[in-house]
Amino acid sequence: MLNGKEIVINAEPDQRVIDLLREDLGLTGAKEGCGAGECGACTILVDNESRLSCLMLAAQLEGKTITTIEGIAKEGEFHPLQEAFIEYGAVQCGFCTPGMILSAVDLLAKNPGPTREEIKEGMSGNLCRCTGYQKIVDSVEMAVSKMGKKGRQ
Amino acid sequence: MSDVLLPKNLHEVWKIFDKSSETLVYAGGTDLLVKLASSRVPHSTPNVLVCLENIEELRNIRETDGRVRIGACVTHSRLLSHPLIRDNFPVLPKALRLLGSPPVRNMGTLGGNICTASPAGDALPALYLLDAELEISSQKGSRFIPIGQFIKGPGYAELQSGEILIAIWLDKNNDYTIHHFEKVGQRNALAISIASMAALIKLSSEGIVEKIRLAWGSVAPTIALSSEVETVLIGKPLSQVVLNEARPLLNQAISPIDDIRAKAEYRRTVAANLLIRLSRYNGHDKV
Repeated sequence: MLNGKEIVINAEPDQRVIDLLREDLGLTGAKEGCGAGECGACTILVDNESRLSCLMLAAQLEGKTITTIEGIAKEGEFHPLQEAFIEYGAVQCGFCTPGMILSAVDLLAKNPGPTREEIKEGMSGNLCRCTGYQKIVDSVEMAVSKMGKKGRQ
Repeated sequence: MSDVLLPKNLHEVWKIFDKSSETLVYAGGTDLLVKLASSRVPHSTPNVLVCLENIEELRNIRETDGRVRIGACVTHSRLLSHPLIRDNFPVLPKALRLLGSPPVRNMGTLGGNICTASPAGDALPALYLLDAELEISSQKGSRFIPIGQFIKGPGYAELQSGEILIAIWLDKNNDYTIHHFEKVGQRNALAISIASMAALIKLSSEGIVEKIRLAWGSVAPTIALSSEVETVLIGKPLSQVVLNEARPLLNQAISPIDDIRAKAEYRRTVAANLLIRLSRYNGHDKV
């Protein structure tokens, strides 16, 4: 399952998932920053959990549910996190943004009412080099309140 | 090109080992795939990569006769949220919270952290103190080995060809009132430790050390232990003066190196400071 659609593909089993997504499937939202699991730019969701697509091989995706940033908006409507990122200007160059949003999706699925500290910890695997952390954390906070689940559950 | 196989049970693993001579086994991939990409693996194009993450029996946590069995492929995230781990072995989640980052913890496994055998492995000091026993399996059967005997040196674990680590066993029976872990790295997240220390301590109601176990990471080829430091602290309060007196003994127990993260001398200072910081528990067993 890729972004809500069942797909069958042929791929080299040892192809990195980041390359499979970007080169073969044309899904260029996930970015390769470091290629070593240290920057979070290639974050995707596998069975609803954030994972690094630069450290996974194509064979590992068999039978899994994968969500990339391209699958986050539903029926033309932005996800509240995407709206918040736009509204708060949490995007500068945009390179880290897909990973940031997917990490936030994972965080909010596990903890729908995170504190500011918990947001920072939840996003700690994603580096932003435009120095935008303040606005990114603000955006996640706003999305949390928009999604109507303010405060600790 | 390598083939990548994802066996669903141990029987399938043994079949793969029978058929292929050159296999490399991994679980979360957070170490091995980085090394493969940078060609830091001796045989950098193995015929077959074997990923263990789909083997259900390696992904369970269960309790038997006062012992907890953690499947080798349980991820750090799972361990962090599991009540059996949180309630019985708080030192372990304290360490795992500082390992990598959320996605790394979603992928990386406890078994992987052990088999990678890095002196900086964040779970290792806690596992040494908890007397973790490892269940190693091969087609011929299982053997059990204490973690301290399994890890032989940096990147070198005593795993024979045809064997895999299948579970980590921890004894629930510990009465330590303080479970402590601290790590110093260059930043909070995604940092490989410069030095770390885990401690299990039992204080009397007067704040005197009754039992203490200490383990340091990143300051020796493997996790460093020091029964000399432990012995000298027993029967005393955790005051700065007392802890400072143990410093020369600690210095004999560690043998740090210079690397890209820190100089050996700096590591000695940090290892000692981590010990002295236990004075925060002086007279009380909660921070």
